[in-house]
Amino acid sequence: MAEELVEVRNLGMKYQSPNGEIEAVRDVSFTVRRGEFVSLVGPSGCGKSTILSIISGLLKPTAGSVRIGGEWVRGTSEKVGYMLQKDHLFDWRTIYQNVVLGLEVRGTLNKANREWVLSLLKTYGLYDFKDKYPNQLSGGMRQRAALIRTLAVNPEILLLDEAFSALDYQMRIAVTDDIYRIIKKEQKTAILVTHDISESISMSDRVIVLSKRPATVTAIHDIRFNLKERTPLACREAQEFPGYFNMIWRELDVHV
Amino acid sequence: MFMSDKQAPVLSRERIEYLRRIRFRKYATLAVRILILVIIFAAWEILAGLKLIDPFITSQPSRIIRTLGNLYREGDLFRHIGVTCLETVAGFLIGTILGTGIAVLLWWSDFISRVLEPYLVVLNSLPKIALGPIFIIWIGPGPMAIIVMALAISLIVTILEVLNGFLSVDPEKIKLVQTFGASHLQIFTKVVLPANISAIINALKINVGLSWVGVIVGEFLVSRAGLGYLIVYGGQVFQLDLVMTSVLILAVAAALMYQGVVWLEKKLVKNQQMYGQL
Repeated sequence: MAEELVEVRNLGMKYQSPNGEIEAVRDVSFTVRRGEFVSLVGPSGCGKSTILSIISGLLKPTAGSVRIGGEWVRGTSEKVGYMLQKDHLFDWRTIYQNVVLGLEVRGTLNKANREWVLSLLKTYGLYDFKDKYPNQLSGGMRQRAALIRTLAVNPEILLLDEAFSALDYQMRIAVTDDIYRIIKKEQKTAILVTHDISESISMSDRVIVLSKRPATVTAIHDIRFNLKERTPLACREAQEFPGYFNMIWRELDVHV
Repeated sequence: MFMSDKQAPVLSRERIEYLRRIRFRKYATLAVRILILVIIFAAWEILAGLKLIDPFITSQPSRIIRTLGNLYREGDLFRHIGVTCLETVAGFLIGTILGTGIAVLLWWSDFISRVLEPYLVVLNSLPKIALGPIFIIWIGPGPMAIIVMALAISLIVTILEVLNGFLSVDPEKIKLVQTFGASHLQIFTKVVLPANISAIINALKINVGLSWVGVIVGEFLVSRAGLGYLIVYGGQVFQLDLVMTSVLILAVAAALMYQGVVWLEKKLVKNQQMYGQL
């Protein structure tokens, strides 16, 4: 078993506003091993994204703690890469300039890193588009560019916050497959937050099911498929898939 | 795929027809525009010539041309135009730079922004022209007072317009750079400012118009030169030729300055893309 890279302990988060207090997260604990792909699944607005923001260091929890590689999280860290719902490529920057944004902000845009970025662009088929502007690219290519922007700063963990959910359904399945391959190829640890049960099963080694607000851990499932080569698309067609789906669906306890 | 001239050297009949139609429409629009102008001036000239309208009150194109010639010969024409344009450009530039600067400050500090909000609301709704006499007494009659008048009219609008642009930047875009550990300054230079070039240019466009209002009002109140002065003076001595001439010059000057901003916009947007290629 690989080492534990992320350790979330008794996490709690209460938001304060003049109208009152909202408890978003209560006593959430889990760990993520190096190289693992873990999903947090929960109903919309349950506080999943809050957990990611805390792991990334953008938010300070009101209770509990997060450790990454044994170090306490006290602010944004170079070990963490964050993927948002939309690609958020900047219209006024070329693809290359978008991709080096993180390096630029961190002040680490040196020759070695430039070459690293160019090699990423080459590997993932965006090299010929590096001087184009985002509006000249398809939705799938934009997502790739956004992922490369995150990979450019060489994080150990990728946090995917409802990533791809702004895409239409068919595009989303294709992009999910694409991004999954890249993450596996780069051997990154990933935590995906989603309300899409199928997506979480098809991508993850483990699924953590969260209750509605305040989010608590309802169950943790190991997801195993008897497949030669695991890809999100192949998983969706595998015979184990419906079993996992039904189990998680029941645990989410959705009422209309 | 669209067919464009580059990709398809052989154009379909429909395409040729379409291109012909839009070209025709373009020329027709231009022709009618010019026609309207010609008709107005011709009717004005003829009606005044036939004494159907009183040229003493309405003036007359031929008289305007004569007035223009007189002003030119006396050497006053360009002095008046120059004074007004200089005041307007000064008010416009100071208003834009100062307004954008203050907007940056308000964006930077939530606290200052909150504190100043009611003041901005009151100043924005106050008719700034009412402040004219105060400026004249404080600063003294002259171009400075006029520039301050122009500034008073354009400044608050600029602040609000630009600040609004700053605040409407997608918070997710800000979150994105924050995940890379961006400082407040980096959030501003990497996201907020570049996302708002068009908002700032829009503020410029509004400012051009407002600066003209400020300058002319200022010249009405106090001045010894400028187009506003000519208009007021012409009105006082009942010389409608002078008034009409000045108004026409004003219209041309204002239009030219607006076009200047449009030109600047094209230049800036192009620069931004060039900056993109570095």
